[in-house]
Amino acid sequence: MTTEYWRWKEYRWTAEDKDWKKADILTAGVDVGSVSTQAVIMTDGDLYAYSNMRTGSNSPDSAKKALDWAFDDTELKMENLHFIVGTGYGRINIPFANKAITEIACHARGANFMYGPTVRTVLDMGGQDCKAIRCDERGKVTAFLMNDKCAAGTGRGMEVFADLLQVHIEEVGDISLTVEKEPPPVSSTCVIFAKSEASALLRKGVPKNEVLASYCSAMAHRVFSLLERLGVEKEFAITGGISKNKGIVQRLEKELGIKPLTPKHDPQIAGGVGAALFAKSLIEKQRKGK
Amino acid sequence: MLANYGYKDGSGEYFITIDTDKCDGCGECVKVCPAGVLEMITNDYDEVVPAVTEEQRKKIKYSCAPCKPVSGPRNVPCIAACKPAAITHSW
Repeated sequence: MTTEYWRWKEYRWTAEDKDWKKADILTAGVDVGSVSTQAVIMTDGDLYAYSNMRTGSNSPDSAKKALDWAFDDTELKMENLHFIVGTGYGRINIPFANKAITEIACHARGANFMYGPTVRTVLDMGGQDCKAIRCDERGKVTAFLMNDKCAAGTGRGMEVFADLLQVHIEEVGDISLTVEKEPPPVSSTCVIFAKSEASALLRKGVPKNEVLASYCSAMAHRVFSLLERLGVEKEFAITGGISKNKGIVQRLEKELGIKPLTPKHDPQIAGGVGAALFAKSLIEKQRKGK
Repeated sequence: MLANYGYKDGSGEYFITIDTDKCDGCGECVKVCPAGVLEMITNDYDEVVPAVTEEQRKKIKYSCAPCKPVSGPRNVPCIAACKPAAITHSW
């Protein structure tokens, strides 16, 4: 079998020190993205378990699989959950979710939880689109801008490059930072153009790390222009899978002149966290109403 | 909330911005748009406001073009119809 360089590691996590049976409110947020799906389970608004895996061709299926994997050996079952909120690209297609909320609201709320209430600007770098969000101290969205016209500057574009250069996707960022001098960026308007430009560079004998650096800086510049349009206010946080790529984060930091906050948990689950928090508010509202 | 719908591509930036704090939810903009670009939605914070339809989000440069002649006076119907001035276009 050929190596799949684009393939990132799927994983799950449980808070070993917590017992869900003692919790009063059990909620879940399922973020079905275009590339990855996360299921987050919260006990009384605290992180209890989550899973992060690839989205298959069938979004109800992916949502169910991710949630089942988050349950894993916790003995938790779907019936135990009081409220489930679905979010992300495939949110309207999750049969067991009680409500669907856009990923924009969920990422803002999730970032507010994960990075603290000082966050004012959130950049979600997802699998197939990119969103710049501004929010208040409660994690409520005050402005947003998304770009989903093209996969340049997204996770999917990064996967294409990992494959082309035969570099494991987790290593792309580090390798791109090994260049002595920053090379000029490749096209930032289209992944396919960028890919053919990169092939041309390789043919000329440009080393891999320089080609990766060219792509990373193109991507950083692209999201920078998105952020610039919306305006960046401190504190600044990046969520989504690409936030784990140092090559992008450091270049973006340089362009912006603002250092992003470091997360307490995997930044890729922010959308799911936000959804689970919305679920908690909704169930509380429901209980009060009774 | 400033909701920006649209995109940026090789030719420029095309965003329709709706200020949901200014919007009074009258729905006039939806009625006057000849291209059916806008629709009324209930957003995540339970406000009834207009939004660019999912279908139109990636092509407003073309859908909005008839209302925006390159030369001559511009009288964009959705902007003109909005009394609280909640709608702006980036181009």
